[in-house]
Amino acid sequence: MNMEISRRQFLQATASGAAALVIGLNIRGALAAGSEATVFNPFVRIDNEGVVTVIVKHFEMGQGTTTGLTTLVAEELDADWDGIRTEFAPSDNEKYKNLLFGAQGTGGSTAIANSFMQYRQAGAAARDLLVRAAARQWGIDPARISVDGGVISAGERKAGFGEFVQLASSLEPNPEPALKPASEFKLIGKRRLPRKDSRAKTDGTATFAMDVKLPGMVYAVILRSPRFGGALNSFEASGAKQVPDFIGAQTLPNRAGVAVFGKHTWTAFKAREAIRAEWDFSQAEMRSSEALFKAHQELAATPQFQARKALSTEQAQALLSDTERTIEAEFSFPFLAHAPMEPLCCVIEPTDRGVTLHDGCQFPAIAHGAVAQVLGLKPEQVEINTLYAGGSFGRRATPTADYQVEAAMAFALLGKRIPVKLVWSREDDIRGGYYRPMAVHRARIGLDQAGKIQVWDHRIAGKSIMKGTSFEEVSVHDGVDHTLVEGVADTLYQLPNLAVGVADFHSPVPVLWWRSVGHTHTAFTMESLLDMIAHETNQDPVAMRLSLLDPSDNRQRRLAGVIQAVRDRSGWQAGQRRGFACHFSFNTYVAAVADVTVEDDRVHVDKLYLAVDCGVAVNPDVISAQMEGGAGFALGAILRNEVTLKEGVVVQSNFPDYAPLRMADMPRIEVSIVPSGEAPSGVGEPAVPPTGPAVTNAIFAVTGRRITQLPITRSGFKLV
Amino acid sequence: MQIQLTVNGQQHSVDAEPGTPLLWILRDQLDLTGTKFGCGVASCGACTVHLNGTPVRSCSTPIESVAGGEIVTIEGVNDAVAAAVQAAWRERDVVQCGYCQSGQIMSAIGLLRQNQAPSDEDIDGFMSGNACRCATYVRIKDAIKLAAQKLEA
Repeated sequence: MNMEISRRQFLQATASGAAALVIGLNIRGALAAGSEATVFNPFVRIDNEGVVTVIVKHFEMGQGTTTGLTTLVAEELDADWDGIRTEFAPSDNEKYKNLLFGAQGTGGSTAIANSFMQYRQAGAAARDLLVRAAARQWGIDPARISVDGGVISAGERKAGFGEFVQLASSLEPNPEPALKPASEFKLIGKRRLPRKDSRAKTDGTATFAMDVKLPGMVYAVILRSPRFGGALNSFEASGAKQVPDFIGAQTLPNRAGVAVFGKHTWTAFKAREAIRAEWDFSQAEMRSSEALFKAHQELAATPQFQARKALSTEQAQALLSDTERTIEAEFSFPFLAHAPMEPLCCVIEPTDRGVTLHDGCQFPAIAHGAVAQVLGLKPEQVEINTLYAGGSFGRRATPTADYQVEAAMAFALLGKRIPVKLVWSREDDIRGGYYRPMAVHRARIGLDQAGKIQVWDHRIAGKSIMKGTSFEEVSVHDGVDHTLVEGVADTLYQLPNLAVGVADFHSPVPVLWWRSVGHTHTAFTMESLLDMIAHETNQDPVAMRLSLLDPSDNRQRRLAGVIQAVRDRSGWQAGQRRGFACHFSFNTYVAAVADVTVEDDRVHVDKLYLAVDCGVAVNPDVISAQMEGGAGFALGAILRNEVTLKEGVVVQSNFPDYAPLRMADMPRIEVSIVPSGEAPSGVGEPAVPPTGPAVTNAIFAVTGRRITQLPITRSGFKLV
Repeated sequence: MQIQLTVNGQQHSVDAEPGTPLLWILRDQLDLTGTKFGCGVASCGACTVHLNGTPVRSCSTPIESVAGGEIVTIEGVNDAVAAAVQAAWRERDVVQCGYCQSGQIMSAIGLLRQNQAPSDEDIDGFMSGNACRCATYVRIKDAIKLAAQKLEA
């Protein structure tokens, strides 16, 4: 993906907003003259009282995007931080597209990367208009005017933004407003800038989709097939009729299940329990996890596709027969559920024009079209009200808009006149698929007598996330789904004769990106293998990695930079019983050192040191929070999470058996942010990949036992 | 059946089937949506409210069991301990997605009411029933200690 956002792209993205200003349209399309607020551009609105509202085009799942995008506007606008407000953008693919996707959506740790110039320029353009308006009103040269903390001043004269909003809205915006040099930043890079969503999320007022209640609204839950790929034959609802306030149950038009309606959430849940359904499992996944793993292992033995042109699996095998020593290992990874704290839900409300979807909507570009299609509406008849999302980790963005489509089908079944709220239970969530794909890696590495890597034969088997979706064209090349090999095929390490063979696993179990996508298993495998090589060849794991990076290449130099930073911060010394790992993902570099205690088979992670280079650190405290949270998310998964199937039926169902990381499990964490002037890159995902292998490498350092099967409970350890 | 209960100091008479969890009465009938549904089996703590001053999981508290009881939710909690906890949460910028935080805060208030100077182990134990998938635990622990300091001062 092209990370450079040109001025030209910015002008294209903001052209419609500039027009809105000239003709004085506010955000709802009404004439702004004399109205309360003026739209300066698609991203900034200022009212006559001077209150600035930033229109946030990315959804907020906790990653700090409302704070981040607001920082960019406030910096260039010189607005007052505490007074500035935020609002989620409406669904508008033209104005609010993710510049890296070409469509409106959040993911891939791109929010700051693609907004950095756009939102700064929006703030600068608004500031420029206000300054010119003030200069005209005061009859002075604009150069004499300064702006600070939401106050416009010239000598003794001072006024708030509100004074000039009306005049500013009549001026022609400057298409190329000057941006501050980094040396003049007051907010970008400031250590402590309070989150914009902190207050609402600590007093119960923050609104999530789960909290939406509309007059006359009906609650819908879906009885789904107990096996993936099953289809409904028939159902019997007489038992549900005994449940008070049960409204009715109907077959979904795609036969994926039964929509059960009630006057309250609880009623709908109780009624669903009383419904008996018959399923057609002829196309369903009937296997158990053991058989699925075995199928992956067989696939890894015979790759179908090659991810690197320079060397094939066969050629690597031939080279391996000539090497002095080989290291060989197989790694296996289970299905993982995302389990965001807020179970999936959304509301569809009938409106005069069509419908409004109330949703913690991650990909408006997909949900918008999908809802329109199910309901037979034109795209312009669908609006999306984006709300805070109670976590996502990728789950709220599916290529199929799965839960929004369910809601639309349920809404249609009731005649499209009544607001319908679709609610998933936790059991629905854990058993509902869209998992991180199960995966098996096999590697054989040839070393020379001195222990130097000569050849690396790497195979990966897993179900493709992207094939068969609208993302296939951008993500699949020569049969290889990039999300299956990212982090191996494009490793930054200088590995001679690396071949990466790939085989696709097929199953009706739906799979999805899960916080850091392919890196969830590729980083674990690569960093475990490097640790094995270091151990086998009596090298210090940190020094060995540095020796595999060429500092004349900028990306390799930056990876080396975080390795050195975490080495120094943690006081790493060769021979210590600690674990190290690092990884490059989403254009961000993270290195980790883990300290663990192991008694018998019981593991406790005591401390993690993380160093990150994500370019310009816009919000250092948010970056630290994402490092802490990403590490915790990874730990929970590698330590004890897996979704397993027994004859096709998911064994786990809720937090008692898909146990989240808890307070006592959380290590102390120290985060170092490596100073950088490079373009900002993502922080939501990159802490996940290196955390797991840092911990298992530490377990190896302490016990001599190598963990190749996740979670660690499969390798004979328990978490305490 | 009609059940009388006091929520945030206000008397309510609600019509509910026996066995209906308090959570759904609060959310769907009384529109107090700050209390969250996370698991429905008392395993995540997002639904934590105070019943007669003590944290309970409202998703697994049958409505008939709280008849006549005093319930306080995140919307109504307002004593000095609550103020200190909420201020500490904001100072430390604990929240990420925020969905579990009402429950975390209600549990933390419960902890500090019975233990003015909790140790790390006390916090680990008392807060063990409150899950956070964003893993904000480091900051929750810091904020509880900060709130304890604020209350001592």
